[in-house]
Amino acid sequence: MSKIYKTASTALEGLTLNGMTVMSGGFGLCGIAENLIVALRDSGAKDLTVISNNAGVDGFGLGQLLETRQIKKMVSSYVGENKEFERQYLGGELELEFNPQGTLAERIRAGGAGIPGFYTKTGVGTLIAQGKEHKDFEGEAYIMETGLKADLSIIKAWKGDAEGNLTFKATARNFSPMMAMAGKVTVAEVDEIVPVGTLYPNFIHTPGIFVQRIIEAECEKRIEQLTTRERST
Amino acid sequence: MAWTRDEMAARAAQELEDGFYVNLGIGIPTLVANHIPDGMDVTLQSENGMLGMGPFPYAGEEDADLINAGKQTITTLPKSSFFDSATSFAMIRGGHIDLSILGAMEVAENGDIANWMIPGKMVKGMGGAMDLVAGVKRCIALFDHTNKRGESKFLKECTLPLTGKNCIHMVITDLGVFDRGHGQKRFRLRELAPDVIVDEVKSKTEADIVFE
Repeated sequence: MSKIYKTASTALEGLTLNGMTVMSGGFGLCGIAENLIVALRDSGAKDLTVISNNAGVDGFGLGQLLETRQIKKMVSSYVGENKEFERQYLGGELELEFNPQGTLAERIRAGGAGIPGFYTKTGVGTLIAQGKEHKDFEGEAYIMETGLKADLSIIKAWKGDAEGNLTFKATARNFSPMMAMAGKVTVAEVDEIVPVGTLYPNFIHTPGIFVQRIIEAECEKRIEQLTTRERST
Repeated sequence: MAWTRDEMAARAAQELEDGFYVNLGIGIPTLVANHIPDGMDVTLQSENGMLGMGPFPYAGEEDADLINAGKQTITTLPKSSFFDSATSFAMIRGGHIDLSILGAMEVAENGDIANWMIPGKMVKGMGGAMDLVAGVKRCIALFDHTNKRGESKFLKECTLPLTGKNCIHMVITDLGVFDRGHGQKRFRLRELAPDVIVDEVKSKTEADIVFE
């Protein structure tokens, strides 16, 4: 059965609900599912809890869902690039749960792997540790963190096939492979859909079992900090 | 003369060793990459999923899918590898990174560091900083010795929410270098920036450190 859908909006049909939890891949604007974010906005689903390392920028990426007030709560590690986010948060209109980036990645990985909780040193002695179970291992203190799951994960990959097998490009991979595992349903948008058998099995990053729907779509791929060097003459 | 940002980065680069895997934070620490001694084999890790970070691209050769943790466009090297965020933080949290150089808003005399939020004012988040200070073998904090009002940022106790406790091993500021070796609790003044005198450092330091 082919997992290929024609458009971002048809790929999200029947999957969006008010109050649902959505994982959204990407680091900054690198590797975000641009078209699926727009389709999620257009679905009108409200009161979303969004788990994503960052919150996009004003007017782009997840910033588009903030503008329309569809997000009730963000679970992130860094949200410094978004003024609308800061305004809504400081104004008490938006809930925010900060997770250390490694803890966030591991919570998502654990959720997808059927691991309900784990212990880590990260955050011991900080605000992050408040209210969490502490346990000593070999004389060192650790805190318990829980696994995370989502009703829907929207991710971006480089190449994919009708089986849902995915490969990612460069640093656009980031959180997406774990989110694919942690989503009850995972929808991937890719630069290119290739025939089954084209991707070399040794180099598939996300096996198709973790991906339920896939679309091919063009992305703007906006660069946040274009930084270049001079050619030496 | 106090050190400039670039001179601070150059001083921090003297702490690198051949074969080290190193994570550089955003801001002044990023400049350390420009001062890796010729012939020294240092591999830079970028926590968004890359080992063996190369230089910035030439204009027109940038790739939106290839960035560092500061969201700047970068390039690969022959030795580079890419991986997901969980693998990246397994490197950091699993103790595989030799050195982390990061910026700070405050550092305390007991090695505590604060660099991720100002309650009620600034909402940015810790990103990977809490993982780095908890998991990396050696952490160097790089920051201006005083704030804009001239107040010490090297304190008896941090006033801002902590990023980590007792995790900073060396402090490099515009005024000098301070470290604490294995088993030593207190920081010791190791080096002064050119023409900076001990009395100036004393007057600008709240932390109780060893000056001789």
